[in-house]
Amino acid sequence: MRNRMVVVEGSFAVAHAVKVSRPHVISAYPITPQTHIVEDLAQFAADGEMNCEYMNVESEFSAISALIGASAAGARTYSSTTSQGLALMHEALFNASGMRLPIIMTVVNRALSAPINIWNDQQDSISQRDTGWIQLYAEDVQESADTIPQLYKIAEDPDILLPAMTCMDGFILSHVYEPVILLEQSLTDEFLPRYSPEIVLDPKNPMSFGAFADPSTYTEFRYKQEKAMAVALNRIEEVANEFNDVYGRYYGGLIDGYLLDDAEIVIMAMGSVIGTIKDAIDELRSEGESIGLLKVRSFRPFPADAIKKAIKNAKVVITLDKNISIGKNEGALCTEVKACLYNTDFRVPVIGFMIGFGGRDIPISMIRNLVTKAKLVEKGIFVESEIVDLREDLA
Amino acid sequence: MKEIRIHGRGGQGSVTAAELLAVAAFDDGKYSQAFPAFGVERRGAPVMAFVRLDNKPIRLRSQIYEPDYVIVQDATLVDVVDVGRGAKPDGIILINTEKKPEDFKLETTAAIKTLDATKLAMDFIGKPIVNTTLIGAFAGVSGLIRPESIKNAVIERFPGKVGERNAQAIQAAYDLMEEQR
Repeated sequence: MRNRMVVVEGSFAVAHAVKVSRPHVISAYPITPQTHIVEDLAQFAADGEMNCEYMNVESEFSAISALIGASAAGARTYSSTTSQGLALMHEALFNASGMRLPIIMTVVNRALSAPINIWNDQQDSISQRDTGWIQLYAEDVQESADTIPQLYKIAEDPDILLPAMTCMDGFILSHVYEPVILLEQSLTDEFLPRYSPEIVLDPKNPMSFGAFADPSTYTEFRYKQEKAMAVALNRIEEVANEFNDVYGRYYGGLIDGYLLDDAEIVIMAMGSVIGTIKDAIDELRSEGESIGLLKVRSFRPFPADAIKKAIKNAKVVITLDKNISIGKNEGALCTEVKACLYNTDFRVPVIGFMIGFGGRDIPISMIRNLVTKAKLVEKGIFVESEIVDLREDLA
Repeated sequence: MKEIRIHGRGGQGSVTAAELLAVAAFDDGKYSQAFPAFGVERRGAPVMAFVRLDNKPIRLRSQIYEPDYVIVQDATLVDVVDVGRGAKPDGIILINTEKKPEDFKLETTAAIKTLDATKLAMDFIGKPIVNTTLIGAFAGVSGLIRPESIKNAVIERFPGKVGERNAQAIQAAYDLMEEQR
């Protein structure tokens, strides 16, 4: 495998993965830390390396709107954004999913203003949770790239037809140089079929998309989106395996485990912090701690059954969230995990720690401290959920 | 795992130096990871970049707090930034300066090594751009990366005469520092 690897920037690996997925239309607006992805794509298009329409637009709202039109006309489409850019798209994200358009977008995760902050957390994509988009979170650069053709295959499935975001942590993954295999064109052509939707905008057969639904039909539109997400739940696993068959790489479908089977303490998280947690777990295991990791790759659809099965031997579950629902004092993963356990007879304590806001670094020592804190549960001291690593002088 | 922190000023190519080290180390058979201290870069402002090298794939994503090696591109930074901060007691701090190691009073037991990389860069490249010269010096002082791999990475990144001149500066810096290993 090593001899096929090159050391490139994360953004380049992602742009390359987009290129070999052969999109017809790309539209994006540059914003830190997503900029390098769209610069690389614009370069590929300008150099004639992609047969693709690259549309420069004046805002993220225009970018997603342009793709809604292009996708409705039957094009394979791509965009990338982050933070305020994603927030600006919010209204149109519902249009994309409601019209069942399989647009793919890389969200380079970044904190939201105010105060302005260009660094990583996951508040931006988590805040789009209910827009009807599939959301997968990547652990490293290779997965950030490999998820692109996987998502096209999932999203364009005639039984799914939903837009999808692949989320990669800003700077931590977008700006890192590390060894990756750039996706081969030949393998990608083998893995990813051409997009040939049945229902498209066509002057010869005029129709409206997303025009109007009164109370007699609107509920069923929503129901069908939910049904499509349920199909995606199975398809994400299948496509991860199909990807493994062609490329020989696998990251888990909906979830993945690390030293999980016998673990009494289970840490759950999403994104680039997974790697740091694995190193922390190796340290703790060597000290005799029964601890493992549950990586949540798919946040939407939420893999409740897979999670319940994976943590059934746990004595305590720690969730790490780079986001907060202000007023609930919980991150989204914590809330979701608790909710999926409620109507069961399995009552493991779930402790939510919110960390890494606005780019605050997460060293191994912090993971270790959180594990120590969570173990207080054994003494009957129970922490529901809290923001950790606060500065005493400011808090 | 070996961890390296590079101090420079915006525009001096610290991030490029980190990237080139990662490319060269990988060609040498190691796994590598290079990333900037994600700041709001401004020309002339103090910046940092980080590199990790290991014999197995690198999973850790935190910043580097206890570097084995520190590379300082601009000696004036020593007055504004604690370049020795967190350096391993048996680590090495490599400073681009005309001065001698004993001229620097840093709160660290890490060894200080100095090199007039600016002069070497002027002699070979004709410009006071020291990032490539310094990674050649790093290879010499650490023995972690072969100078050929550094030169190949630089020539690939900067093809033609520019790359060749940089390669000469790298070899000269490597030879000078290898003697001090």
